[in-house]
Amino acid sequence: MRAQRCKGTRDLSAEEMKQFRLIEGIFRESCLKWGYEEVRTSTIEYLHLFTATGTLTPNRLRRVYSFLDWDGWSGERVVLRPDGTIPIARFYIETMTEKEPAKLFYVTNVFGFEETGKETRERWQCGTEFIGAGSATADVALVTLALEIMTKLGLEGTELKLSHAGLIRTLLAEFGLSHEEQTKAFDQILDGDLELLARLKPGRPELGRTLAALLGLKGKSAGFLKNMRSLFNRDLPELKVPFNNFIDIVERLEAIDGDYQIDITSGRGFEYYTGLMFQLFIGNEPVGGGGRYDALVPLLGGQDTPASGFALYLDRLMALIKPETLAQLQPTEEKILVKGELERATALKDILDLTNRLHGAGYTAGIHLGGKEPANIRWRVEIQSKEPRYMLTDRISQRKFEAATETEVLASLNRNKRSPATTK
Amino acid sequence: MDTQIKVALPKGNLLGETATLLEQASWGLDEYQEGTRSYRPKSQKLPNLFAKIFQEKDIPIQVAVGNYDLGICGLDWVEELLAKYPSSALIKLRNLGYGTGALYMMASRYRPTSQINILQKQTDIIRLSSEYPNLAESFALNLRLKRFSVFPLWGAAEVYPYENTDLALIPRRLGEEHNHDLVTVSRVLGFGAYLIANKRSWESKDLSSVLAPLEDILNSRLVLEDTSPPKFVCGTTWDEMDTHPELEDFARQIAEQVKAQDISFTFEPMSSFKRRIIHITLDDDPEVTTKSVGSGKERQVIVLPKADLIPIAKRKYPVREIAKNTVWLALPDGHQQRPTIQFLNKAGIRIRDPRPIFWGNGTISSSGIWGNGTILSSGNRRPTSNLRGVSIKVIRPQDMPLQVANVNFDLAVTGKDWLTEHLNQFPDSPVVKLLDLKFGWVRIVAVVSQDLPVADVNGLKQLYAKQTAPIRVASEYVNIADKYARDNHLGFYQIIPTWGATEAFLPEDADLLIENTETGSTIARHNLKIIDTLFESTAHLIGNKDSIANPNKSKRIKSITESLRNALK
Repeated sequence: MRAQRCKGTRDLSAEEMKQFRLIEGIFRESCLKWGYEEVRTSTIEYLHLFTATGTLTPNRLRRVYSFLDWDGWSGERVVLRPDGTIPIARFYIETMTEKEPAKLFYVTNVFGFEETGKETRERWQCGTEFIGAGSATADVALVTLALEIMTKLGLEGTELKLSHAGLIRTLLAEFGLSHEEQTKAFDQILDGDLELLARLKPGRPELGRTLAALLGLKGKSAGFLKNMRSLFNRDLPELKVPFNNFIDIVERLEAIDGDYQIDITSGRGFEYYTGLMFQLFIGNEPVGGGGRYDALVPLLGGQDTPASGFALYLDRLMALIKPETLAQLQPTEEKILVKGELERATALKDILDLTNRLHGAGYTAGIHLGGKEPANIRWRVEIQSKEPRYMLTDRISQRKFEAATETEVLASLNRNKRSPATTK
Repeated sequence: MDTQIKVALPKGNLLGETATLLEQASWGLDEYQEGTRSYRPKSQKLPNLFAKIFQEKDIPIQVAVGNYDLGICGLDWVEELLAKYPSSALIKLRNLGYGTGALYMMASRYRPTSQINILQKQTDIIRLSSEYPNLAESFALNLRLKRFSVFPLWGAAEVYPYENTDLALIPRRLGEEHNHDLVTVSRVLGFGAYLIANKRSWESKDLSSVLAPLEDILNSRLVLEDTSPPKFVCGTTWDEMDTHPELEDFARQIAEQVKAQDISFTFEPMSSFKRRIIHITLDDDPEVTTKSVGSGKERQVIVLPKADLIPIAKRKYPVREIAKNTVWLALPDGHQQRPTIQFLNKAGIRIRDPRPIFWGNGTISSSGIWGNGTILSSGNRRPTSNLRGVSIKVIRPQDMPLQVANVNFDLAVTGKDWLTEHLNQFPDSPVVKLLDLKFGWVRIVAVVSQDLPVADVNGLKQLYAKQTAPIRVASEYVNIADKYARDNHLGFYQIIPTWGATEAFLPEDADLLIENTETGSTIARHNLKIIDTLFESTAHLIGNKDSIANPNKSKRIKSITESLRNALK
């Protein structure tokens, strides 16, 4: 039978890898510039890292790739990393001094079962985590970094949607649900079941009104949040603290002319968030998101440490990168194909000498070993036993140049170099 | 001719009532009855019906993969499959009204693990053991247990708490006596015999010739339709309880729990009808009292111990401590039990059943001796012996290596086949072979259909090399089968785990079996042939190497091993 790609997986072609590396490159460059350091955690983790309350929802846990390791007779399972942030928090607790703030970034794959065919089961993320800072300024700095990367990627029209986990949590506590039910309800809201809250039917009708109003909360200014705060203040004074935090963040964002939308329901994701949650959209497509998760590090056994982070979804961004961005940032190289009379035993040495010389001069050069010539070649250089020793062909203009030495070959190539703008 | 309709029917405890139902529905499956040796009962009435008999647990899988259009099995096994593979192509058609029971998450009454909030706070590993590992895992995930291990079992889950597991997920059918050492943590799922269909068959195939007569009978019977989807609950959701006997049964069990722990139990709000059933059921229990509280739809029943409530902080569990130097020995149930007991007798080890036996003439004897391999019918899985400092439990031999690896048991008598199966899965396991006990000889063989023109595994490989479909390898020994397929470079193959009666899988539902056989007669009778022998297996004494090295236990383990070695001479 014919070999097949595993269901739900994706191969990245040479073209796609160019997009991948472009995004990764811009992401790395931006992070490094802002003082973040790159780390990489293990692909295999213990399942229990993710099962502790407050990390992944049962719904997500049912989709992890877990298995018993070859020494897993204890019955404890290991997983293929289902999430980028939790391993970083684990890594931080395990290896870093917990007094120091850590600014970390990573490019990693995450695994989760998927059957709709809309996404793959292995997905790539560019993520940053700022562990040890708990201010509204830190939240805004993080949002700014995410938006800066989107701009550098040439993706206009990135929409920023803001939500607040603290608001939702405080409100759910008011429903008088037990802790377990509360978390479950929150999971379900985050998993997208907005009907759930309507079904809960609280004993206090004003709670239902507040909830409906909060979920319908959509606006574009701190003033709007303040209006809402004053509205809720009567029924639910407990909401004041998360509202104040939310307003603080939004005002700072406005101070730097940030464009955003407030949409409480946009905060779908994991339940480890405690404060601001944000999502980046292009059209209807979520391309990234993050937020504050102050409870995660202590939950995993670390000290009380505030933290926040975000991830960009590489697979989705790849599909959105415009060809001109790719061309601009990765100019087409002047590829050279070196040909020789391979039937002559000494020809190989000549070919290797010239190719090495070309590499040294910064050209991309390959050796022709027979078969059809690749299509994306600018120059063909033939090494001949008769005169002229070197014959150069510009495969675009079909002009030919002669050269007697390797130095002359380089000079000729240099003279006829195209500027990036004219390269197609 | 009409298209063939394939139906998977259960062996075991659903067979009797299923046979009665199908007889009433005039399916004409005369061979489908208790004690049948045929796996393919022929229908005298419906020429396009092809029926095959499976272990209940195999049926949802066979229907989901499309080998069978219809199947009858307990809802428990359907949910076990769906817990792990929710997108299985299965449709639950209807409750057949018999085989009713429920799955309970149980804990020992001698441990505080029966409290859900205590379990949720626990950061140590919580051990869950069950024949239903997927449902057990779902339970743990839903409860958000921080750290847990699931031990899949072949059976006898009720004997594991608390020494060998914290929680056990156990099925209990109506009328079955419950184990008095256990208390209910949660009722996880109600079940009954169910008619299921493959989704594609249901959508595209005319099944009415077999379904219509069945429907007529079912409609004439009073079947309480279970329409609510099974839910995982932390506590008890009464809406799922369809039958009075089940509710009564459960109320009694809760009463036992209330008495044992001296704490009250509050049910979720329920209808006055259901509340009344509970009040009446527990009315004659002198040690508990019931009352209803709350109003309207919120009204709930509370079960209280008759004596005054003891504050929770002062509650005491009658904890039985296990001595550090106790050696845990696992003995097999099933057909390996008799030769094992005989052999132990020869080695001077006497196994006793401490439970009182009520004889027909009204006399009671205090202890029975399992001498001469006579197994007592009490079903006691915790016999005693003349070995000091040794605790014995009777469990399934298939489960022993994993249990020994985890030091839930120090020693066990099991087959080399199951030890090999375990070591193939976990090559570095601390389980070691201590002694070949020489009895219970079988060989593990590769088996194909007699009609297949191959003489050995290479022939099989060549035959399938041209096909695009995988070689389907069915076995109870999943890891032995997998290794055999890898070592023989079967290429594109698929392992189908089975739960017994594997020979029924050939030729329709598998291409190759890895099976054990003593005389080969079962294999021959089913028109199969052996193409390879993997290894020979006999009963072995196995142990955990850490236990053997443990100074608290080593002397006792050595003494047992020596006694058995001498008996071999």
